[in-house]
Amino acid sequence: MSKFELTRFPLIKNLLKNRYPQLAVFVLMLAGFLFAITAGFVGTPVGSHNFSIVFVWIAWWAILILVAVPFFGRGWCAVCPIPVVGDWLQRGAVLEPAPKMSKWLNLRVPAKFRNMWMQNISFTLVALFSSVILTTPVVTSVVLAAMLFLSIGLSLVFERRAFCRYLCPVGGFIGLYAQTAPLELRVKDKNVCAHCAGKPCYNGSELGSGCPWDVFPGGLTKNTYCGLCMECLRTCPHDNIAINLRPFSADLAKPSAKLDETFKAFIMLGASLVYAYVLMGSNGSVKLVAYSVFSPAWFGYAAGFLAVIFGILPGLFWLSVKFGAIKTSSPGKQFTTAATALIPLGLMFWVAFSLSFVLTNATYIFAAISDPLGLGWNLFGTAATAWQPMLSSLVAPTQTLALVGGLAWSARTAQKSAPQAGISSVPVIVYCLAATFLMLWLLL
Amino acid sequence: MRPYAILFLLVLAGLVVAFAPLPAHFSAPVARTFHVEASQFAYQPGEISVNPGDKVTIELVSTDVVHGLYVDGYGVSVKADPGQNATLTFVADKSGSFRLRCNVTCGAMHPFMVGKLNVGANTWLYRSLALASLGIFSVFVLARTTKME
Ligand code: SF4
Ligand code: SF4
Ligand SMILES: [Cu+2]
Repeated sequence: MSKFELTRFPLIKNLLKNRYPQLAVFVLMLAGFLFAITAGFVGTPVGSHNFSIVFVWIAWWAILILVAVPFFGRGWCAVCPIPVVGDWLQRGAVLEPAPKMSKWLNLRVPAKFRNMWMQNISFTLVALFSSVILTTPVVTSVVLAAMLFLSIGLSLVFERRAFCRYLCPVGGFIGLYAQTAPLELRVKDKNVCAHCAGKPCYNGSELGSGCPWDVFPGGLTKNTYCGLCMECLRTCPHDNIAINLRPFSADLAKPSAKLDETFKAFIMLGASLVYAYVLMGSNGSVKLVAYSVFSPAWFGYAAGFLAVIFGILPGLFWLSVKFGAIKTSSPGKQFTTAATALIPLGLMFWVAFSLSFVLTNATYIFAAISDPLGLGWNLFGTAATAWQPMLSSLVAPTQTLALVGGLAWSARTAQKSAPQAGISSVPVIVYCLAATFLMLWLLL
Repeated sequence: MRPYAILFLLVLAGLVVAFAPLPAHFSAPVARTFHVEASQFAYQPGEISVNPGDKVTIELVSTDVVHGLYVDGYGVSVKADPGQNATLTFVADKSGSFRLRCNVTCGAMHPFMVGKLNVGANTWLYRSLALASLGIFSVFVLARTTKME
């Protein structure tokens, strides 16, 4: 597999190594983020005319799922404003790296939480309430503010970026899908690392903090947990860190077979199917139910949602794996290894689902940029832009392209991971085909 | 060279499945009227089906707040005040499935207030299902040919 090192260009390398460009982006992002929180609290309660909803759930979401994750993996995490304030407080500085002795508690996250389960739970919670969060500015602001304060709180109690790594509801699936991205940060030569004294990339030095994401760059084999924060690029004294272009889905060649990550894949796949049915379908009563949180009917909806993501989808997959078993190795390992195929499938389900509302509602962005609070301002003269679906004749063909491409991609992944799982790939591929048929039927 | 030839054939097959014209199923155009009730956040009925060429009239009546009905792909719309009838007439000259969308902000779930207009059969769905199957077939064929190399 061929790789192309981007950091071989001094311009790219210096731009990434220097702290000022990143700081400038952080400040801009943080300003936008704080403004979105404020807009949700003081602006109009009408979601489609409030900056918080329009910028977070249409603009940001579109960029994240259609561009950032598929092409840059965790690229979003490199500029995300949520952990920035906590980082600054934790280090006691804006630009300087973390001091040797922390002023705060600096605890290690307990081992039983050092996995993706908390992120699975946090995402599921957001998903169950998503109809309200997606449409109500105040609620979006409460969620954004909660993320900000949780990340600050965790930065003061635990070492490194505990929030990003173990709690952020977005971070989990970005990490899962980042494995498919054609971009990676890796060491150039593992031998150099083996003989490197003090491992400053992990332990920190006066040049930068030890890996905030608690990974040892020398051991990186997949993108899931590297936040592309560039600290190791700054600290490595041997110039051994590289950012490479690589083929899509390179990390999936070696399945990681961890149950928390496998369930992340089921949660994402299931949520995209449920959303396609609830939000894009013609059934109005289910929309009302999804919106009426804590009503008896909503509990039924929540139970159905949970049954799909934790019961039906994994259950049917389990059966497919059983059915295709060739070797009698550990069934748990067969299950998690075979589920690698669901990673590209789920990513493309989300791409297809997002296409159905992003282009339709993109005109809200023009209106909201001129009148972010819905108070009748007209900053750029575009406040009166009428709602009008954009490129609507392209939506269905692009969705088909995404779903069929995703299916072929996942079938290919299944063929590669099946021998490692000791199973036949056919039942897994049939599972992916059935899920794709369902998604096509829901969206088209 | 061989895998490339096969790939070429498969792509060609995909293009045929996606774009080959189908024999037009002809039925004499008629005028059809639908009474559609709009309420937060749905149309009742949620789906209406007509034949290509039909003259479609939608009588929209809202049972709660002001709602709109915008036909994706046709770009025509109508708005109904509560309790008032409003009518929209157009000729369904494009076949396929189109979303009906509320285009008057009518409450929280307004962006997701959708219905469906089917003009003839939903051929794009069938083509897509066929493309998905062809995609799987291609993966098997290509895996086999690259293994033989
Ligand atoms: S500092 Fe550089 S050479 Fe040393 S272990 Fe880390 S990445 Fe490897
Ligand atoms: S320090 Fe290096 S390995 Fe750790 S998150 Fe940042 S970029 Fe990734
Ligand atoms: Cu409406």
